Amino acid sequence: MVLMKKKWQRRHIVEAVIKSVMQFSLVVVAGALGLILWTIISRGLPALSWDMVTKIPEGGYYMGKGGGILNAILGSLYLAAGGTFLAMVFSVPIAMYLKTYLGESKWGNYVRLSLDVLWGIPSIVYGAFGFTVMIALGMRASLLAGIIILALIELPIMTRAMDEVIRRMPVDLEHAALALGSTKFEVALRVVTRQMLPGITTAILLGFGRGIGDAASVLFTAGYTDRIPTSLMRPTASLPLAVFFQLGSPYPEVQQRGYAAALILTVIVLVISLGSRWLSSRLNKYTIK
Amino acid sequence: MNQIEQIDIPQVIEKMTGRTTRPVTTSRARQDNFARRTFFVFTLLPVLLILIVTIALLARSWPILKAYPLSDLLFGTVWKPTNGQFGFWPFILGTFWVTAVGVLLAVPPCILTSIYLAEYAHTKLRSTAKPILDLLAAIPPVVYGVWGLLAIVPFVDKVLAPLSDRWLGSVSIFSVNQPTGFGILAAGIVLAVMIAPLIISVMYEIFSTVPNDLRHASLAVGATQWQTIRNIVLPQVAPGILAAIVLGASRALGETIAVLMVVGNIPQSPTSIFDSAYPLPALIANNYGEMMSIPLYDSALLSAALVLLVIILIFNILSILIIQRMLRRKWS
Repeated sequence: MVLMKKKWQRRHIVEAVIKSVMQFSLVVVAGALGLILWTIISRGLPALSWDMVTKIPEGGYYMGKGGGILNAILGSLYLAAGGTFLAMVFSVPIAMYLKTYLGESKWGNYVRLSLDVLWGIPSIVYGAFGFTVMIALGMRASLLAGIIILALIELPIMTRAMDEVIRRMPVDLEHAALALGSTKFEVALRVVTRQMLPGITTAILLGFGRGIGDAASVLFTAGYTDRIPTSLMRPTASLPLAVFFQLGSPYPEVQQRGYAAALILTVIVLVISLGSRWLSSRLNKYTIK
Repeated sequence: MNQIEQIDIPQVIEKMTGRTTRPVTTSRARQDNFARRTFFVFTLLPVLLILIVTIALLARSWPILKAYPLSDLLFGTVWKPTNGQFGFWPFILGTFWVTAVGVLLAVPPCILTSIYLAEYAHTKLRSTAKPILDLLAAIPPVVYGVWGLLAIVPFVDKVLAPLSDRWLGSVSIFSVNQPTGFGILAAGIVLAVMIAPLIISVMYEIFSTVPNDLRHASLAVGATQWQTIRNIVLPQVAPGILAAIVLGASRALGETIAVLMVVGNIPQSPTSIFDSAYPLPALIANNYGEMMSIPLYDSALLSAALVLLVIILIFNILSILIIQRMLRRKWS
């Protein structure tokens, strides 16, 4: 009986109210994702055509004539793949060094701090930085410059993603290897690398997803062109900028294609994001926890 | 939390036996030494990169910093590069307004959602919420921009502006002076959705650092769950929550493309959330094409990037230091 009375105390009402407000805000956040996807799909799908993904812009494309955005799709794939590869070359050794040699030491935490800070620098600042370097070197907008800037943007993301995974490696494994007389480098090469595999896969896909969607930095460094790039020194188109430029057009047909380009970009990014979850959960089976 | 101390086994053996266990001249040891040095050089890269970016931007913006006093640049209100007038004040105000509206809109639902996920939700709900947040974080800025253009701008124009005009029209920050839908509110809504996944996941992580014993003790003496959260959990994590908000704000400050597409881009001192604004990143992105043709123009734009970078660096370093400290806190 006493319990029944307690149920109607003020604090219990507050509890119920707060809880439902929280559930509501969770629904709002999840609903935002649904709303974005629905908007992009419902506006992009009608404008999507086979020509969009198989042709480069023809004459008068930006006034509503025929063609597609193959140049931007390929350009974006080149940029993101190149940037991710370059970032990986640097991020794998850094993540390994953080694990095997630095651990939780002071310098290790400085490196982690600077990676986190780099992560927070907006891509427009990277773009402006790339631009200053290009002026100094007398370079013009090119695929190579875009790849380098994207690699700088992806580096902290990929390194921290690997670091977070590899930090969870049991210390026993390392100790066992060290007890057998291996050097730290051998531990890094033979033990840590294998445990790192799911981390590396996640990091690659994360970096790629970030690279393919980045617009502000590529605007400065890679330029835009209607051709498919044939060399590293040529400018290249990219999907985010294709979306952006086509939406800025006064012609409704061109704007429609901008929505379709946004849909293509979203699909690529979502496939990568879901793929990385699936892949890392599969690869996680083979690591020792 | 309870991290196992790293033990350097050779060192331990050395202490116990009093002699070095690892001969330092073998080829394996030399290889190890070489690897250590090479790896070390690689870790210099992120640390140096921050410095290099700052210095490069500083060097390029030096001509304009030398030509005009800093106060003229920061607080000047006229932006006419062809006349040699570079006043950043309208753009700084625009950045501030857009960020403030975005953060104010994002914070309440983010705090509530992260409390719910950390304190109430079942494991099943948590493992569904994580991919949703990841997907939201993975969507490229330009797609957010398209969404803002197609959904948020009409929504502000057709729904929010008339409502606000009717009920809050007399309050100046809610008055509708330029009824187009493009403006601070639209940009703020888009930004709020963009920074929400980051804020929620940082807050969630910070909530999970509070040990369950504290919660159990409070619940055992008869407190409700909300009382436990308010009186026990929240005071423990308050600095971390503040840091998560600052981190989100610094993300919002630098957002370019998505904001550029919905904010209207009119350089003015906004007085209402329905006004158009012109934030700094949008200024840089919109004018990169002609900046080499007018004297000092490129220097002015790159100094805008420098201002942005310095503010974001300060915000970032402060909040990350607090968050790192909170995550590493030991509970005995």
